[in-house]
Amino acid sequence: MRPDSEADLAAMIRAANGTLSITGGATRLRPGEGQGARIDMRGLSGITLYEPEALTLVVRAGTLLADVHKALASEKQMLGFEPDPRPGSTIGGVAASNASGPRRVSAGACRDAMIGLRMVTGSGEVIRNGGRVMKNVTGYDLVKLAAGSRGTLGALTEIALKTAPVPPQRATLRLSGLNDPGAIAAMTVALTGPFDVTGAGRLPDRTVILRLEGLPGSVEYRASALRRALTDRGDVQIVEGDADFRTLRDYPRTATAVLWRIVLRPSQASQLLAGLPGRHAIDWGGALIWAEAAPGWQPDLPPGAQADAVAGTVQTLPAPDPVTARLNAAIRAEFDPRGLFAGGS
Amino acid sequence: MQMPDPDAGVIARRDDIAARLSGAVADKSAVITDPAETRVYECDALSAYRCAPLAVVLPSTTQEVAAVLRICHEEGVPVVPRGAGTSLAGGSMPTADAVVIGLARMTGVLEISTDDRLIRVQTGRTNLSVTGAVEGQGFFYAPDPSSQLACAIGGNIAMNSGGAHCLKYGVTTNNLLGATVVLMDGSVVELGGPMGEGPGLDLLGVICGSEGQLGIVTEATLRILPKPEGARPVLIAFDSAETAGACVAAIIRSGILPVAIEYMDRPCIHATEDFCGAGYPDCEALLIVEVEGSEPEITEQLSLIGEIAHRFAPLEFRESRSEEESRRIWLGRKSAFGAMGVISDYMCLDGTIPVSQLPHVLQRIGEMSAEAGLRVANVFHAGDGNMHPLILFDANAPGDLERCEALGADILRLCVEVGGCLTGEHGVGVEKRELMSAQYSDADLEIQMRIKDVFDPHWLLNPAKVFPLATSAPRRDRHAA
Repeated sequence: MRPDSEADLAAMIRAANGTLSITGGATRLRPGEGQGARIDMRGLSGITLYEPEALTLVVRAGTLLADVHKALASEKQMLGFEPDPRPGSTIGGVAASNASGPRRVSAGACRDAMIGLRMVTGSGEVIRNGGRVMKNVTGYDLVKLAAGSRGTLGALTEIALKTAPVPPQRATLRLSGLNDPGAIAAMTVALTGPFDVTGAGRLPDRTVILRLEGLPGSVEYRASALRRALTDRGDVQIVEGDADFRTLRDYPRTATAVLWRIVLRPSQASQLLAGLPGRHAIDWGGALIWAEAAPGWQPDLPPGAQADAVAGTVQTLPAPDPVTARLNAAIRAEFDPRGLFAGGS
Repeated sequence: MQMPDPDAGVIARRDDIAARLSGAVADKSAVITDPAETRVYECDALSAYRCAPLAVVLPSTTQEVAAVLRICHEEGVPVVPRGAGTSLAGGSMPTADAVVIGLARMTGVLEISTDDRLIRVQTGRTNLSVTGAVEGQGFFYAPDPSSQLACAIGGNIAMNSGGAHCLKYGVTTNNLLGATVVLMDGSVVELGGPMGEGPGLDLLGVICGSEGQLGIVTEATLRILPKPEGARPVLIAFDSAETAGACVAAIIRSGILPVAIEYMDRPCIHATEDFCGAGYPDCEALLIVEVEGSEPEITEQLSLIGEIAHRFAPLEFRESRSEEESRRIWLGRKSAFGAMGVISDYMCLDGTIPVSQLPHVLQRIGEMSAEAGLRVANVFHAGDGNMHPLILFDANAPGDLERCEALGADILRLCVEVGGCLTGEHGVGVEKRELMSAQYSDADLEIQMRIKDVFDPHWLLNPAKVFPLATSAPRRDRHAA
């Protein structure tokens, strides 16, 4: 089914009597998702409002992420966060999966850039929450609730997002030959000093990468200050641009086996890294680890950490506590009383 | 202010309820029922509306909060959470049948990890003292509401507070990683996690800004950031509001992201000059733009801002050359509310608008002010469109407060009409709940109230706030019946 208006979509959902999956480009589905009848959101596309001077963009959910990037680039702007650009990906899919790349260490996640939305709930009702201004505390913030809800609460039809100026200059500091604790320590030095680092990670080939962005003089100044702070940790190479961060952002798509997404404190990362069985990458300064493993393997999680197998098999660790599970189920039931929306978790 | 009738049954059982509450806390002085002592809790910073609560409890731990809530849940007693009482919208105004749970004794620092860029605190701790706990290690907590010296982190979370520097660093929800939340039935839940992510839905995101209606946040994990090497403001004066607004837009479009852009109009400038003599120029509108970084970075940014500003022929472009000059540039802005208070009673609005609408809205406010015969002064965060029109009135003149409230409501409706919202940082509270239907449809409000149903099925937590009284009545009555 492919609605071409919000009203059309609402009618389809009201008429539905079986499992529905809301999809855009279907590029971010996880194991177990995408069952039942598909509602293809790509008919609801287009930018409805763009105010570069207010750093805000309102866009229909089925709009291709590539088209969003193109429109913003014409005004020397970008999204306020950094989703990985999968071919065919829509902005609705980005929002529903809270896709948040390396810039999360400084600018925050997709949910932090989401300031308003329209959606159709499981009862076929159109609701609006938030708005198109950066500061809004009028009523409950259901925008955050919908961000990352993976289509389990309703179909997002329109999303208001914060944009950001494209920094005129970018540089990447590369460090090689570091062991796990050394790599985490180098990222921690970068993120705990006054360097304004906008990305800190490690590629599968074990190169640690640190990104600096801003006005040319500023990037130059901070690159040399950061290089000085890292001198006793190995050889630091400075390259222009952030090609390495594109590689890091795209890494999850190149995984071949079961892929685990593990979120933990950077101070817990070294120990977890020591127990990984295969190829992996680090993002968010050590707070996110992507790890490939054979079926059946499970990470040995430190306290407070979260892990999901995002390709291959379905698994989430640890299971939510009973109160959280009850709240999740009850909220889903309020948005989707007939239980139409399929969801992997 | 119309409030629901208190539950006479609860009031009749006051002594029994107080006795049970005393059993829930280790320190018996933590339960207050003496009318002389509960007076302090009759209102928050919206002092026009007052009501003495049934009792006040000042717990010291999450377990005590849970025990108190369990008792109130069993007894059917409404609960009003309170941080430091700095709410400007009556967000913690009690009712006569309510127990106020104050966080004032819960001020501890539970953990600091600079490697993980976080601090975990009890939520009665003040905003500024969170920075105080980490600044020795070169860090700070970014959200900086103007009340930061007094306001509590728990209240910041309830109101999703912002501040002058949120243009760069975001508001509370963007800096909150985790929370320990006590639900109305006394169950305790840990939300969030490393990077703020927990399993399933973003419940932390919906708790933040829910005005204490979904649960009481007793502990919070907050993101801390390394302090920038330095910061410097520049003051730019203009002969019209339109030019100042256009200059704000041009700065943002240029790709520079200052940490703050503040705006003041002539009435506000005059009042602050009389009050604190900051030495501001005589002009229609002025901007304070602050940038951060190392010395060379600051110079680079300010020279670009200078180039942009000079395209708008400013009356003055005053770049700070010293700590003392920086202090004086900020002095007037920081004293603005106090200064206005000296010359008149005033009502402070908190509407937010798209920045592009600034000239139009300022012009309309001028016209509406003239029609209503009440003066309005403007001071606000121009970078993010959060306006604070101050309506001046005489509290002793019969009818003045009502005229002032009517003008305020009209200005807020104007904000919504141009694409903005009713409140950017103060919250809805009791003050703006009847205006909610100007911004949201019945369906929009219904789904929000269903979230409340999930967390607090009997609608006991912070009742009669946020939602129009008539709209929420069936749910409150369902409990009473």
